[in-house]
Amino acid sequence: MWHLLHVTIHLCYFAINIANALESHLISKGLLRRYKSLHISKLQYLAIVIESEDCRTSNVIELLQWLADLGVKHVCLYDMEGILKKSKDFILEKFDGATLFQENDVLLDQPLMTLEFASFSDGKEAVAKAANVLFMKYLKSGSTSSYQGEQIFTESQMGEALKTVGGNGPEPDLLLVYGPARCHLGFPAWRIRYTEIQHMGPLKSMKYGSLIKAIYKFTMVQQNYGK
Amino acid sequence: MERIGERVIQIYGNLVSLLRKCIFCILSVGPIPNHIAFIMDGNRRFTKKCKLMKGAGHKVGFSALMSILKYCYEFGVRYVTVYVFSIENFKRSPEESIVNRYGVRVIFSGNLKLLSEPVRLAAERAMLATDKNSKAVLSICVAYTSTNEIMHAVQESCEEKWDEITILNSSGAGYGLISLGGYEQDEMDHLIKLNDIEKHMYMAASPDPDIIIRTSSETRLSNFLLWQSANCYLYSPSVLWPEIGFRQFLWAILNFQRIHFYLDKQRQQS
Repeated sequence: MWHLLHVTIHLCYFAINIANALESHLISKGLLRRYKSLHISKLQYLAIVIESEDCRTSNVIELLQWLADLGVKHVCLYDMEGILKKSKDFILEKFDGATLFQENDVLLDQPLMTLEFASFSDGKEAVAKAANVLFMKYLKSGSTSSYQGEQIFTESQMGEALKTVGGNGPEPDLLLVYGPARCHLGFPAWRIRYTEIQHMGPLKSMKYGSLIKAIYKFTMVQQNYGK
Repeated sequence: MERIGERVIQIYGNLVSLLRKCIFCILSVGPIPNHIAFIMDGNRRFTKKCKLMKGAGHKVGFSALMSILKYCYEFGVRYVTVYVFSIENFKRSPEESIVNRYGVRVIFSGNLKLLSEPVRLAAERAMLATDKNSKAVLSICVAYTSTNEIMHAVQESCEEKWDEITILNSSGAGYGLISLGGYEQDEMDHLIKLNDIEKHMYMAASPDPDIIIRTSSETRLSNFLLWQSANCYLYSPSVLWPEIGFRQFLWAILNFQRIHFYLDKQRQQS
């Protein structure tokens, strides 16, 4: 009975995927008027989370080319195991429309796309390193009184400490997940407070039309006060 | 006439409940999520949509919450967490019947010092009253943001480390630790470990969530469980919170079961 239920679900998803593929085809041919003009300027910083086992550099480079064509200026590529980080030089060499994101870069309009590479170690482990930085600062400040249980650190001090250890880039507006499930896979927590997270399916079946649709959906979102 | 009407409603209610239990029986062949979290978004929009009086959406939302809790605990989900966006959501506490029936321990997670005195006292009373319950846990996140949680955990870790060093120093075993002369640079960079931080999180009493459900089609986490959701399935049904029902719950469970093997593998790798 359980298996029957799940086979039915699989069939539903199969049908949904066919419908999505068709829609994506129409969007990429420019046949759906709604998606013809994208307000790409609303997308300041885009993060792409890719399932590590799926990280084929040829697909990644093609995706970057699509993003460059759409006018996306700043991208962060993330995978849990850091495979993309290791292939950083190869990707930058093969895709000549980008430079490496420097931490002190301000998000201005630039001719080339900036690319940042991140992995799981830039998340929780970076917070542990930042905690040590803050602890050292407190000790070195020479304060001899013990903590009073009041607030010693502020969130902005935490943010600064994270920057020192290299774990605090800009907050993405939109995060696209290329993998089997809608799950951010450990993208640095400090940076995704109000990030819209959308699931794109596996990287190997990525479609240009689906990318346009995802960015279009993002540009239509109205965030309430208090987010 | 009225009695017949009541009887019919009662029989209908029992049939629905029986059907639900059958569905849960079938579903429990597969993996059951240990922890589900909810972002209860859409109460105000519901009020506007249905042209109700102010606050009515929250009342309906509260009933929706009680139903969802019932489904969760009936199915065998041990930990449930809810994000209380606005204090309006929080004006009532979970019905005693649900808490007692399912042996639920209620925990309020967040920076409770920010709450007003009567609210904080009510929360403390609820936590005390349910302290002995051990079958299931309901975490109510109030005055909570993830970034505040992380910062608070870092601070607590630093305080703990400071106390450790002070004790070692005063017992003469400090080796001059206060001035840190006794530590190598490498050791100084790792005085505070990830485990130290994690045990001071507001949500340390619960395991990482398996599913986070946010209603109203909103696809962001809004500073909720950012640390704990690395391997968590994020589901955003289009219904507003007061409209959430068994259908959405069922769909979340089915999808969770579809990808459970993958998420479990990810969890073990991290």
